[in-house]
Amino acid sequence: MAKVIVVTSGKGGVGKTTSTAALGAALAQLGQSVVVVDFDVGLRNLDLVMGAERRVVFDLINVVQGDAKLAQALIRDKRLENLSLLPASQTRDKDALTAEGVARVVAELREKFDWVLCDSPAGIETGATLAMRHADAAVVVTNPEVSSVRDSDRIIGLLDAKTLRAEKGERMEKHLLLTRYDAARPARGEMLKTEDVLEILSIPLLGIIPESEEVLRSSNVGTPVTLGSPASAAARAYMDAAKRLAGETVAMTVWADRKGLIGKWFGRKVA
Amino acid sequence: MSLLDLFRRRNSAPVARERLQVLLAHERAAGGGSDLVAVLYEEILAVIARHMSVDREKVQVKLDRGSSVSTLEIDIEVPELVVKRVA
Repeated sequence: MAKVIVVTSGKGGVGKTTSTAALGAALAQLGQSVVVVDFDVGLRNLDLVMGAERRVVFDLINVVQGDAKLAQALIRDKRLENLSLLPASQTRDKDALTAEGVARVVAELREKFDWVLCDSPAGIETGATLAMRHADAAVVVTNPEVSSVRDSDRIIGLLDAKTLRAEKGERMEKHLLLTRYDAARPARGEMLKTEDVLEILSIPLLGIIPESEEVLRSSNVGTPVTLGSPASAAARAYMDAAKRLAGETVAMTVWADRKGLIGKWFGRKVA
Repeated sequence: MSLLDLFRRRNSAPVARERLQVLLAHERAAGGGSDLVAVLYEEILAVIARHMSVDREKVQVKLDRGSSVSTLEIDIEVPELVVKRVA
């Protein structure tokens, strides 16, 4: 049975799009059939991060409004045949997304794929609430920083109130993905610790993604980090997170890139 | 910068944690997006207006949220209080 996941945060710039691309690619690398859907109408970027920006013909709005068939709008990844992208519209207004249209498209995607990963726009407006509406589970992307944690708390409140699952009185599964994490700084008392964020938000931890040069390099070249630099700390962390999302038990490791000749990486176990 | 300053700079994370815990406890209780202070302000103003005329700008309502105790501070400046004497 297909699983619909919303990747959300409230705050912008915390890594939703990067994480959607990396988790989507990682799940596909694990053999699952995956579609990543860009809900950020008017500010689409998932196509760019996935390296498919020149192949966009139709988009989510076209499908929602019935101007194109879903199959025409889906872009199959060139590296992984079981990974597809449904891009957002760059020119249209986000009001072009209708609740009924989104419901129909998500239902159709459920038929075709094992995983539907919805990249939510920032904010708490229509675009964000529609992106989370049909989700079975949410990945709440959070930076260890006060404004991000506060906005995540607000989004968790919305997930428990505005989603179909919540309205039906069912449990909305929520996972915390801590991104842009610098392992050295919490130890020096400069940055919120993982435990602090977990205690404040009280949702289970899906993964800790270290701040890594490889993340920027990957978006520069349009390749999800798990595909482009699979040995990097960020890729390992995303791969672990994807496995956990798929139900595997994986020990929580704070991966770190190691500069120098001795080794490319080393890991530190936590929890 | 003294050594003490350097120490304080380093340990900003516990401050962040403390501030977030207090703030979110209140935001969650309010159910998100509640305008408690604005509502209080209008109601207090209405009660006072029944008995005397006050300048809107001379009425201040402040809410200071603490971890254990919160204080509500109401400051009303009354220009010339005319007390009617009962004959």
